[in-house]
Amino acid sequence: MNPLRLAWVHFRVIAMYELQYRINFFVQLVQSALSVATGLIAISLVFTYTTDLAGWTRPELIIVMGVHIAIGGFARAFVFPNMEQLMRDIAEGEFDFALVKPVDSQVLASVRRIWVWNTLDILVGAIVIGWGVRDLGGASLAGAGAFIVAVTCGAVVIYSLWTMITTTAFKVVRIEEVTNLMGGIFDAARWPVSVYPGWLRGTLTYVFPLAFAVTVPAEALAGRLTGAGLLIAILVTLLVFGLTRVVWNIGVKSYSGASA
Amino acid sequence: MSRLLAVYRKEAAVGVQGQAQYRVAVFFSILGFLIEPIVYLVVWRTVAESAGDVNGYDVAAFTSYYIVWTLVRNMNLVQSAYSWDWWIQSGRISESIIRPVNLFHRRLGGMAGFKVIWIMAWLPIAAGLSIAFRPELSPSGLEIVAFLVAIWLGYVIRFATFWVIGMLSFWVTRASAIFETVMVGELLLGGRLVPLAVMPAWVSSIAAWLPFKWTFQFPIEVLIGRLTPEEIYTGIATQLVWIVVLGALVAIVWKRAVVKYTAVGS
Repeated sequence: MNPLRLAWVHFRVIAMYELQYRINFFVQLVQSALSVATGLIAISLVFTYTTDLAGWTRPELIIVMGVHIAIGGFARAFVFPNMEQLMRDIAEGEFDFALVKPVDSQVLASVRRIWVWNTLDILVGAIVIGWGVRDLGGASLAGAGAFIVAVTCGAVVIYSLWTMITTTAFKVVRIEEVTNLMGGIFDAARWPVSVYPGWLRGTLTYVFPLAFAVTVPAEALAGRLTGAGLLIAILVTLLVFGLTRVVWNIGVKSYSGASA
Repeated sequence: MSRLLAVYRKEAAVGVQGQAQYRVAVFFSILGFLIEPIVYLVVWRTVAESAGDVNGYDVAAFTSYYIVWTLVRNMNLVQSAYSWDWWIQSGRISESIIRPVNLFHRRLGGMAGFKVIWIMAWLPIAAGLSIAFRPELSPSGLEIVAFLVAIWLGYVIRFATFWVIGMLSFWVTRASAIFETVMVGELLLGGRLVPLAVMPAWVSSIAAWLPFKWTFQFPIEVLIGRLTPEEIYTGIATQLVWIVVLGALVAIVWKRAVVKYTAVGS
């Protein structure tokens, strides 16, 4: 079965199920509003005392925040729930049920669960990005095009990183804390990586390349991203995605099921 | 009273042993927690580098503030309000209701024990942070003693605050929106995001009427030497007042909650 079709079928079924719990929509709405408000307050506090943060202006930082919210929404809606399920299945030996299905196991493990209401953050992030771009006085067509490519790469990088980390659960069962740590590191991506000292910037660029998920797409819209920068982002994405596939295959081979 | 102290001692000892089994897990959790202050620290150091002085906070003061923040955060980690959602929905709370010692005392003691292991996990991280950011700390004897008192009082205040908020789950099935609002309140009004001196004056005047700053900002400011002895004494007295107020609230809400609660199948 085509991976996209498989994902769509799951999405439809889960969306129908989740729509029964409409109160969750309002809960999510409150959470999104709080997150945007806190972010805006932090930015406006910073700009009470300075006119730029390591070369980034206020509208540019609003764009970074918007991308962070949107990518975070994507991760919470589509990536984290699947990875949680995967961890649970491996720990309880129930991953057998996924492996015996006549579809690619990585694809199936990546589309089974969705927290539908978190997609609201993608919309909220987009609105914040739009607001930042308006304050910036608009973005060029090339910038918008580069943004779409960069943000797609960003989503793939996030998916790949989390899948890779979760795949280590095939070897070392208890990894909740590592994913918590990754969650903390993702919060650091809320600000452009150029703000951070070398060791942290290096971590966010080369070890957990979250810079490519948030800072780079924002740079594209702010007109700061060069063609070479975009090319590097694409190459890193392909590399991380390819590596994830290799790690997945190694992980699945070492899976033995419960009491096997 | 002495029996209650014995309960605290036992629960704390069990807490230490429980956490000691998951040393690596604790280390990673603490590492994850500490990214939040590092982000604030870097951002505000950058601001202070260009602005020079932010309402009395320069680069060195921000650095000390957020490095001490990491220790205070370790100490004021408490039972999550979200636990109540699960305790009530799964019916786990039933067994705690019938026990002779209130769950509040047991968890307060247990989580106090956790801190021994958390501090051990924090030490190497703190050493790394100190090398990376070089905070300037030279507390007096009074400040060190007052800090040790203030962080424990702050722990009790924060524990009781989130205990009361968590108990709202007895009445509301999806209380997470309430929890998140309270946490944002703490972030902005407790000196967690930035010292309140950096906030507009009206924010500080609201914060003065809430418990949050007594769990974050107050202990931090005691150790980094920003308070006079009089302010330290008054602060500790205010912490004690909050403990009495919140303790009374815990007792009142618990009493009503237990009446409200129905186990499934009863």
